[in-house]
Amino acid sequence: MSRRGRVALTQFAIVLGLILIWELGVWAGLIDPFFFPAPSTLVVRIGDWMSTADFWTDIGITLLETVLSFLAGIGIGTALGIWLGLSPFAAEVVQPFIKMFNAIPRILLGPIFVIWFGLGLTSKVALGVTLVLFVAFFNTFQGVREVNPVVLANARLLRASKSSLLRHVYLPSATTWILSSLRVSVGMAVMGAVVAEYLGSSAGLGHLIAQAEGVLDATGVFAGIIVLSAFVVVLDAIVDCAEKRLLVWRPAPAHES
Amino acid sequence: MGRPRLAVDLRDVMIRFGDFTAVKSMNLQVAETEFVAVVGPTGCGKSTILNTVTGLLKPAAGDVRIFGKSLTGLNGQSGYMLQQEGLLPWKTAHDNVGLGLVFQGSSIAKAREQARPWLAKVGLKGFEERYPHQLSGGQRKRVAMAQTLIMEPKIVLMDEPFSALDVHTRRLMHRILLDLWQADRRSLVFITHDLDEAITLADRVVVMSAGPASRMVADVRIALPRPRDVSALQTTDEFVALYREIWSLLGAEVEKSYVTQG
Ligand SMILES: Nc1ncnc2c1ncn2[C@@H]1O[C@H](COP(=O)(O)OP(=O)(O)O)[C@@H](O)[C@H]1O
Ligand SMILES: [Mg+2]
Repeated sequence: MSRRGRVALTQFAIVLGLILIWELGVWAGLIDPFFFPAPSTLVVRIGDWMSTADFWTDIGITLLETVLSFLAGIGIGTALGIWLGLSPFAAEVVQPFIKMFNAIPRILLGPIFVIWFGLGLTSKVALGVTLVLFVAFFNTFQGVREVNPVVLANARLLRASKSSLLRHVYLPSATTWILSSLRVSVGMAVMGAVVAEYLGSSAGLGHLIAQAEGVLDATGVFAGIIVLSAFVVVLDAIVDCAEKRLLVWRPAPAHES
Repeated sequence: MGRPRLAVDLRDVMIRFGDFTAVKSMNLQVAETEFVAVVGPTGCGKSTILNTVTGLLKPAAGDVRIFGKSLTGLNGQSGYMLQQEGLLPWKTAHDNVGLGLVFQGSSIAKAREQARPWLAKVGLKGFEERYPHQLSGGQRKRVAMAQTLIMEPKIVLMDEPFSALDVHTRRLMHRILLDLWQADRRSLVFITHDLDEAITLADRVVVMSAGPASRMVADVRIALPRPRDVSALQTTDEFVALYREIWSLLGAEVEKSYVTQG
């Protein structure tokens, strides 16, 4: 069997073992199901949810918030990164403010955004954007700053204009960095959406978990967390595909080829 | 006015970086359609001279004339092939060759169409869709060469273009370069530290002294017949005689550069 196959098999065995121990522990009365509901009841709960329309609405709303904050965050962060990357003066002026703003634990902005933008979509997207923006900004900035100087000199010698340089040299160089940080950005977007929902909303996966928590329903909380993980894993796979397609020009890392 | 026009004319050019005099006095005349090689020990200011011809550096003293006109700003007549890799890693060989055309406002499709014959000319047919990392060092150099030549500059500048290649690949590159130059003669300034290469390719070899404060020490005409057979040439008596003659000057400078560099 290939190494990958063996790794997957071992991982599967570990998960299966843990679930079995957990399940049997609950059955034998060693684990209190009030705190750690048995895996089987979680499966049943998720199954119940999936047969309701509300659950799919929740997922749809969280997905929409995630996508919107992801796109807006990447857009704003990239624009900012290019601007500051190309203008050393502006970068020097703005740098301390950016560091300061980035140092704020973003979760704390959640309640403020709810006050500002209400319980609806906007406050969720706003929180997600503040999280994604910085990842995109720092990576774009880095990408623009670290353009290979020989490549840049060569493009200039071929008489590239400022806008040509931006389009053919700076942006593609930054794109590598942005793409390689895409997975982090997606995680941030999901986190922003879910945390904001958790703090105050009437729909979404975060709301689902908050509701279960409100009535001390551990089964609901665990089931919600499992659904959320699956949600992130799926998004992650999509991002992975996008990254592979967009970075065909890059040499494969040595250990993979 | 019986003599051919000078494409490049450097007179007593001095180049300084702050207080450091890199080149004290350089004279370099390149006629239209002439292939001139500049040799000299490492650090003597060969790249500096090319940067001056391109207009990237301003001489502290002396005169830089391009087709008879004093150079102000960047040289619009020259194409410069850098010593290091400058291809865009995110563009295919095909798109890299057409890059300068796109910079000049061509559409991508038009640039591709014009680039296709150039890929064939440098022997890269079938490699159009490869990205630079999927090409060998010699193939990347050929892309860079096509990228420079497709712009049809009146003056081609090459800075040790093949020094990173192995002997066999280098010989192949010599053959390709000579074929291209033979077919469409332009003024070519070729920098190298390899005397074999200089004699094989050039009409004239200009020798620079060891740096700092280097100067031109010799200007030798290479009267070997063209077209030249790059593999057979180096064992001929004429070649060996020229090599001896120039090495008697260059060898002393190389010795000096060892001393100054410790
Ligand atoms: N931008 C620069 N600032 C200061 N010194 C430089 C600069 N560029 C080149 N030099 C110096 O000028 C001399 C000639 O450099 P260069 O033209 O690169 O040599 P070569 O190409 O012949 O090896 C060297 O001593 C180098 O250190
Ligand atoms: Mg050099």
